[in-house]
Amino acid sequence: MKGQLLSANHAAALAATLAARANRTGRGFCSGVYPITPSTECMEFLCAQQIEKGRVVRVESEHSAMGVCIGAAAAGARSFTATASNGLAYMAENCVAAAGLRLPVVMAVANRTMGPPWNIWADHGDALMLRDLGLIQIYCADNQELFDTVLSAFRLAEDQRVLMPAMVCMEGFILSHTVAQTEIPSQEQVDRFLPLTSVPQQLGSTPHSLGQIELPAQTETHRMQHHQAMLAAETVFEEVRGHFADIFGRELQGALVPYRTEDADTLIVSLGTMGLTAQRVVDRARERGEKVGSLRIRMLRPLPVAAIAREFAGKSRIAILDRDISLGFGGVLWGELARLAQAPVVQNYLAGIGGGDVRPEHLERVLADLKGRRQSGTPVNVEAI
Amino acid sequence: MRNEPLLGGMAQSAVDRETPLLRPGNTNCGGCGMSNLLQMMRRAVADRPVQLVIPACCAAISAGAFPQAGLGAPTVLTTFASAAAVATGAAAVARLNGEETRVICLAGDGGSYDIGFATMSAAAERNEDILYICYDNEIYGNTGGQRSSATPAGAVTTSTPGGKVEQKKDIMAIMAAHRIPYAASLSLAHADDTLRKLRHALDLRGFRFLHVLSPCPTGWKSEPALGMELVRLAVRSGLYPVLEVFDGRRHQINIEPEFSDEALEMYLSLQRRFQNTGLKASDLRPAIERHWLNLRVLSGRIVPARRETR
Ligand SMILES: Cc1ncc(C[n+]2csc(CCOP(=O)(O)OP(=O)(O)O)c2C)c(N)n1
Ligand code: SF4
Ligand SMILES: [Mg+2]
Repeated sequence: MKGQLLSANHAAALAATLAARANRTGRGFCSGVYPITPSTECMEFLCAQQIEKGRVVRVESEHSAMGVCIGAAAAGARSFTATASNGLAYMAENCVAAAGLRLPVVMAVANRTMGPPWNIWADHGDALMLRDLGLIQIYCADNQELFDTVLSAFRLAEDQRVLMPAMVCMEGFILSHTVAQTEIPSQEQVDRFLPLTSVPQQLGSTPHSLGQIELPAQTETHRMQHHQAMLAAETVFEEVRGHFADIFGRELQGALVPYRTEDADTLIVSLGTMGLTAQRVVDRARERGEKVGSLRIRMLRPLPVAAIAREFAGKSRIAILDRDISLGFGGVLWGELARLAQAPVVQNYLAGIGGGDVRPEHLERVLADLKGRRQSGTPVNVEAI
Repeated sequence: MRNEPLLGGMAQSAVDRETPLLRPGNTNCGGCGMSNLLQMMRRAVADRPVQLVIPACCAAISAGAFPQAGLGAPTVLTTFASAAAVATGAAAVARLNGEETRVICLAGDGGSYDIGFATMSAAAERNEDILYICYDNEIYGNTGGQRSSATPAGAVTTSTPGGKVEQKKDIMAIMAAHRIPYAASLSLAHADDTLRKLRHALDLRGFRFLHVLSPCPTGWKSEPALGMELVRLAVRSGLYPVLEVFDGRRHQINIEPEFSDEALEMYLSLQRRFQNTGLKASDLRPAIERHWLNLRVLSGRIVPARRETR
């Protein structure tokens, strides 16, 4: 294990490279890539690597990038791509196809606001757009976590009980371009961590078809199987964490990251890097004697419903932060989680939409606003409180 | 429910009929040119390992409904615009593993001329190891017969009820301009020439493009039994040039037309799609002549090569 100074984009690409090399004695690695800010550096890094039994195809669009991954995975290879924002929207049709064909493609997404009007800064709305389409989604908060999660996503997605694409998210610039010392395992360790890719439905020489027409009852069955496999991914992820600790001697962050929640009466709930800011605000509030905790959601799909409900139990005030907005409704995370809480006040705060800074003082304002509420209200923008 | 021996058995052997690419029970319309193409492909493929990549189009329906496979080769059905990208991935992995598998895209004109155009062009530019076959029925057959950029001017479609105004794209020129190792147009009515080209394209490496005029009785409003005859008329009249282009440079005309107006008139009159627009042979002739003048220059032959004997 050695430390390297890497941006999160490069860390994602390095994790993919190590995973790619680990499949050299299997069917190899093939990836389609296309640049878009703030994800570009990930594909550039990948394009500069020498990968035995690997090929990185520089295609003409994100749609084709995922197309190449689909072809590669359908031929039994390991596969990876990276994108953001409009690139993800352009890729969406093939993300659906990869999910529907149950192909274990891993993706790194540098979350960015969708345009036009053009805006290159962070917003979770791009990945959330694909929330319901059968891809695993994990959101990260720092470089090490991102590296570890991308690496582990291969093991998770390729697990025979799971077999579906996995998307690992990092907020654009805030995380994608942050350079930090990152522990990088040796190839030999990664080889031990990742079994050779096996895609049971892989095209071979027998004439079976992938992706044919289905009748409603067949689709219904396949959707339910996919749903069950997605639910199983929560348990499989715990197993992956076990293997991770055994081989690398470190912890892989779990599906949820609770921080000082046990005795808390108030919770700040968030995705991604805002969770780290929330932890600092929690520490300050604790110094003032306030019983505040933070719950960072890493895994959004599958959503660890029971574990979240346990964290919510007995809390009296819950602030749910959203760096996104489902227009005409409110925050997506709030929409997902509010029903799991019994607390008298569950309030949605829209924070950092379109890439605005979310600083500790914003979250202090959130805590003050939360304290003054007798009941839950409609979603509010933190800039307006 | 056996497949009929095609062209008196020239394009199919008994073995091909036992293990066809297009299996019995498929739901293609009677007289579909794509069915004939798949039969000829079976003959050409012989024992070469192949995989098919098919975007949304009529051929995706030919693949049958889960769990039955309508096609006798491993197949992946892709989104409408991504056949050449998916084939890129599959072919790349086959090469990385030292496998001989030929990855064949079988796509309609919509998936090639229109929505999948950038994907196909990019795969050609990268010279991916793919055999790309565009069966061109000059219409969006799958969705009930709307215009594509392969629909000829004068044809009525469900989205051009008054007849299409714009000209058909010259896909062969476009693909040749990519300087790919091989581009060829195939006449299903000329089995020997078609089989030769299919075999040649199967054995080559790099991006190979085959354009196939594919009769579609449903969209063309023509008699199912007349498909081959229509192709023959399109070739005889000069409307559908049958040629090959090597490396985007050397052009070879394979069948010399008669340029007969009678054949052209017959071609138009046998399809109801042309009937309400009053399109006549004389309307098409100037464009055909211009096109052939170009082809003569490109092929370096001012004098016709060989007249097709009937
Ligand atoms: C993105 C997308 N847009 C539209 C469609 C609907 N669609 C399916 S097949 C098709 C037309 C196919 O035409 P062509 O490629 O010529 O093949 P054909 O049906 O004629 O065989 C269309 C419009 C689709 N499947 N995907
Ligand atoms: S609509 Fe045309 S191309 Fe499609 S199956 Fe029928 S005849 Fe063939
Ligand atoms: Mg068509």
